[in-house]
Amino acid sequence: MKIKVLSRNPDDYGRETKRDIQRLPRNYDPALHPFEAAREYTRALNATKLERVFAKPFVGALDGHRDGVNCMAKHPGSLSTLLTGACDGEIKIWNLGSRDCRRTIQAHTGFVRGMCVTPDHGNVLSIGDDKTIKMWSLTSPEAGEEEEEPVQTILGKSIFTGIDHHWKDATFATCGQTVDIWDHARAEPLRSFSWGVDSLNCVRFNPIEKHYLASCAADRSIILYDTRGSSPLRKVILNMRSNVLAWNPMEAFVFTVANEDHNLYSFDIRRLTSPFNIHMDHVNAVLDLDYSPTGREFVSGSFDKTIRIFPLEKGRSREVYHTKRMQRVFCIKWSLDNKYILSGSDETNVRIWKAKAAEKIGKLTPREESALTYSDKLKEKFQHHPQVRRIARHRHVPKEVYHLTRQTRIMKDSRRRKEENRIRHSKPGSIKKKREREKVVVAEQE
Amino acid sequence: MADEEDRIGKLKGKQTKRAPRYFDDSSAEASTKDKHENEKTSERKSEGKKKKSGKKRAPAPDSDHVDRKRGKEAWDSDEEKDPFPGEAPVKEETLARYTRGEENKIKIRAKTAGPKLERKAMEKKFHLAAKQAARAELLLGEDHGYLEPSDDEDTSQLSQTDIADAVDISAAQKHFDLKLDQFGPYRMNYTRNGRFLVMAGKRGHVAALDWMSKKLLCEINVMEGVHDVKWLHVETMFAVAQQRWTYIYDHQGVELHCLKKFNNVLKMEFLPYHFLLATASSTGFLQYLDVSLGKELVAINAKQGCLNVMTQNPQNAVVHLGHANGTVTLWSPNVKEPLAKLLSHVTAVRSIAIDKTGTYMATSGQDRYMKVFDIRALKPLQVYRMSAGAGHLAFSQTGLVAAALGNVVEVYKDCCSSVAEKPYLTHRLRNNISGLQFCPYEDVLGVGHQDGFTSLLIPGAGEANFDAFENNPYQTKKQRRDYEVKMLLEKIQPEMIGLDPGGVGQVSQLTAQEVEKRDQEAIQKKFEPAKKKKGRSKSLKTVQRTKGVEEEWRRMKVRQKMKEQEEQRKKKQKDQQKKEKWGSALDRFQRKDN
Repeated sequence: MKIKVLSRNPDDYGRETKRDIQRLPRNYDPALHPFEAAREYTRALNATKLERVFAKPFVGALDGHRDGVNCMAKHPGSLSTLLTGACDGEIKIWNLGSRDCRRTIQAHTGFVRGMCVTPDHGNVLSIGDDKTIKMWSLTSPEAGEEEEEPVQTILGKSIFTGIDHHWKDATFATCGQTVDIWDHARAEPLRSFSWGVDSLNCVRFNPIEKHYLASCAADRSIILYDTRGSSPLRKVILNMRSNVLAWNPMEAFVFTVANEDHNLYSFDIRRLTSPFNIHMDHVNAVLDLDYSPTGREFVSGSFDKTIRIFPLEKGRSREVYHTKRMQRVFCIKWSLDNKYILSGSDETNVRIWKAKAAEKIGKLTPREESALTYSDKLKEKFQHHPQVRRIARHRHVPKEVYHLTRQTRIMKDSRRRKEENRIRHSKPGSIKKKREREKVVVAEQE
Repeated sequence: MADEEDRIGKLKGKQTKRAPRYFDDSSAEASTKDKHENEKTSERKSEGKKKKSGKKRAPAPDSDHVDRKRGKEAWDSDEEKDPFPGEAPVKEETLARYTRGEENKIKIRAKTAGPKLERKAMEKKFHLAAKQAARAELLLGEDHGYLEPSDDEDTSQLSQTDIADAVDISAAQKHFDLKLDQFGPYRMNYTRNGRFLVMAGKRGHVAALDWMSKKLLCEINVMEGVHDVKWLHVETMFAVAQQRWTYIYDHQGVELHCLKKFNNVLKMEFLPYHFLLATASSTGFLQYLDVSLGKELVAINAKQGCLNVMTQNPQNAVVHLGHANGTVTLWSPNVKEPLAKLLSHVTAVRSIAIDKTGTYMATSGQDRYMKVFDIRALKPLQVYRMSAGAGHLAFSQTGLVAAALGNVVEVYKDCCSSVAEKPYLTHRLRNNISGLQFCPYEDVLGVGHQDGFTSLLIPGAGEANFDAFENNPYQTKKQRRDYEVKMLLEKIQPEMIGLDPGGVGQVSQLTAQEVEKRDQEAIQKKFEPAKKKKGRSKSLKTVQRTKGVEEEWRRMKVRQKMKEQEEQRKKKQKDQQKKEKWGSALDRFQRKDN
């Protein structure tokens, strides 16, 4: 008879030296791992709770401006450089790593309305209420030199409200009464576009199809241009005025506008009859927005003193940032490493936020990384469970925002009820129910 | 072999001519190839057909890959085998063990292909995960114990000394006897990793020890009768059911808690993943103690009198109680009534045991029967007539069943799914047995009796390969502390105890009737008239208004139904017209001449 009894050699299961790590033999047989689903659920719940515990998005503030921060510009070649323009005409250049101000330029009298860095990273263009376009060198003056003087100054005929640079060439566009295309070498615009209106408030070059331009106008319209043509291409009129427009950096045909009616609308330029998505959650006019470099998300700043992050394909925001002292958010930018959000607001501060609120700053060890990947997957797997969803969705918002959100919901419900009643009490078929997206665009002109 | 030839044939074809495509016409091929090649292709085709009709194709290596690596001359002779035949095939039954559920076949009604592709990718990942886990069996270090008799030998005749003589010295040391004849009979319990043992004599002697090294952790006398003893989640704490109350001691024998709410307890079970201590008392109460919070979770009156038979299902943490009237009841702390009731014996139930997979339940009664049930279906599988009613039953990790018949231990193998003709092993003790448990991860059966404790060697009883993330017999102190914290973080809430442990990971699928019922309930909600002023909320008015609204709702429903019917009728008509006009799609293949 052959007999064998289990007999383990303890040396096979211990470590050889004290500095060695412990041996952990695995056996993946499911019978040895009971309650698989229940344990995974518990882990997912814990991971969700921990995410909320670690959600500390505020990184720091840059103070130094003496008036509200009106505009911002990212440096395309340096992650640590940020330029801000204030309402008193001052431009400050910041180092984000050390969080200090490197340079201060008294650029304009009155507001600095807009800024952009040239693609060769050498200069910055700024516009102001003093009807000038000024070009400043980004290299700091020598120790002996005192006065900061612009490299070039262009005197315009009317006030400028927005500026954007071509992504490659030495041309840039401004808007005001008309959209003007300028060349660095000339003091007169190469071309001017106008379509009925006399005040435009934002102009943006498409980062991929580099000849396309889009602008928002005070007559509630969005106008598309091609710099190679002589006249504007298309005009879309919405219900209310759009404040800012931003192109998706990854999809050439997608842009989003921040509207006065508290919403953001994402359009596909191939079909402008209605936006393909409405992003709701702000309770006051949206003043600025910027896309993440991945093009999957964008951030918006609003008059309601909050910053919200929206996924492009979702109608609701995934995150809301606010602090007690932050006032109306005038300008917002998503950093080019996709990690930070920069906001400038009325109370003269520039704030740095994390794009993912619970993310750990700094290098992760491989074990941390794998643990985070695992918990992310678990959160995704159990995201629809009521407990998990409730915790993941919960955000504390200021009292005003909370009440206004409720009020908006009530108003919306009553409007919907009224429409339903109207349909019910009129001749069947005489009133067509309109989808929410179809109500946005008033007219499309060619 | 056929596959092998097929593959070599394929490779040769590739070298000489362009690789055949599935859309290639055989006539076109014939014109370009010589006769020999032609034979080969036809052979290949017939083999291909055979393969399709066969069960499953063995994984063949990527032919392109091999070709590139080996070069041309390697394939000159047909006899030579591929030295790199690709990954080792995984056995179907091994793969089945690691596969979690069947493929999701619910139809996706989406306009875009995205969700379908997503699910396909997901299924692929699941399959890969199962395959990889199954493949990892190669890495398991230990083999199970066994007894292999020659033709004329009978394993049941084998004595413990025979076994101990035949095995190596370290294994032989696991067979021992502790003579403690003053305080017996003894109850005993092993920790979940099988490393430690706690024993408690009826007359108050409680001892905890590392049974392999025989190192004593503590030894106390509680000066009171003891009914049962159980380890808690780690080896630093154990619970003792004493004459009046239940106590918790640490591994040094220091009394940590006295649970006065848990009085007259006869049997205890610890649910490790839920941190619950379930107790059954002589007063008929089933109580749950949350060990992590130190609070009583619930006390349930089972209404069956004294509860002295109890066990837990390790797969779903349901507690099974055996009663004097021959029934077995299944309990969860969330329901005050039993989840299920089972009449297993005509006389009182003496003992219950459930196997590791939660599939089989063995019960024994005073009627001298031992029965095996499938607890998922609550159906009997086997009935055995024993020489006496088994006072204690125990399942080992590999599915052996030990039964204590008076002073005899009988161990059965493969007695659940098939009929076991005779015991696998037997052992006779001097006194009646009072406690029985297989030691986890060891080929050892612990027996408590009047004269102390006996450790028996049962080859093939224990799981050979442990998972250190679950239970580690070689755990260090630091590892134990980490493990305790991890376990506490992952504590499953008691609300999740139910018959189906995987429910939380599944999508609930409502049946058509349930959907209809839900919709009906939504429609049939009562209208509540708003309060109006100026005498318009008098009872008559409100009743009239309610009636009006409800009537309108009813009309709306009828209108909707009529509309649907009309639409259906129209669609039918349209289809009919289409058919008359165009005929069937297959008509185009009809011969034109007749």
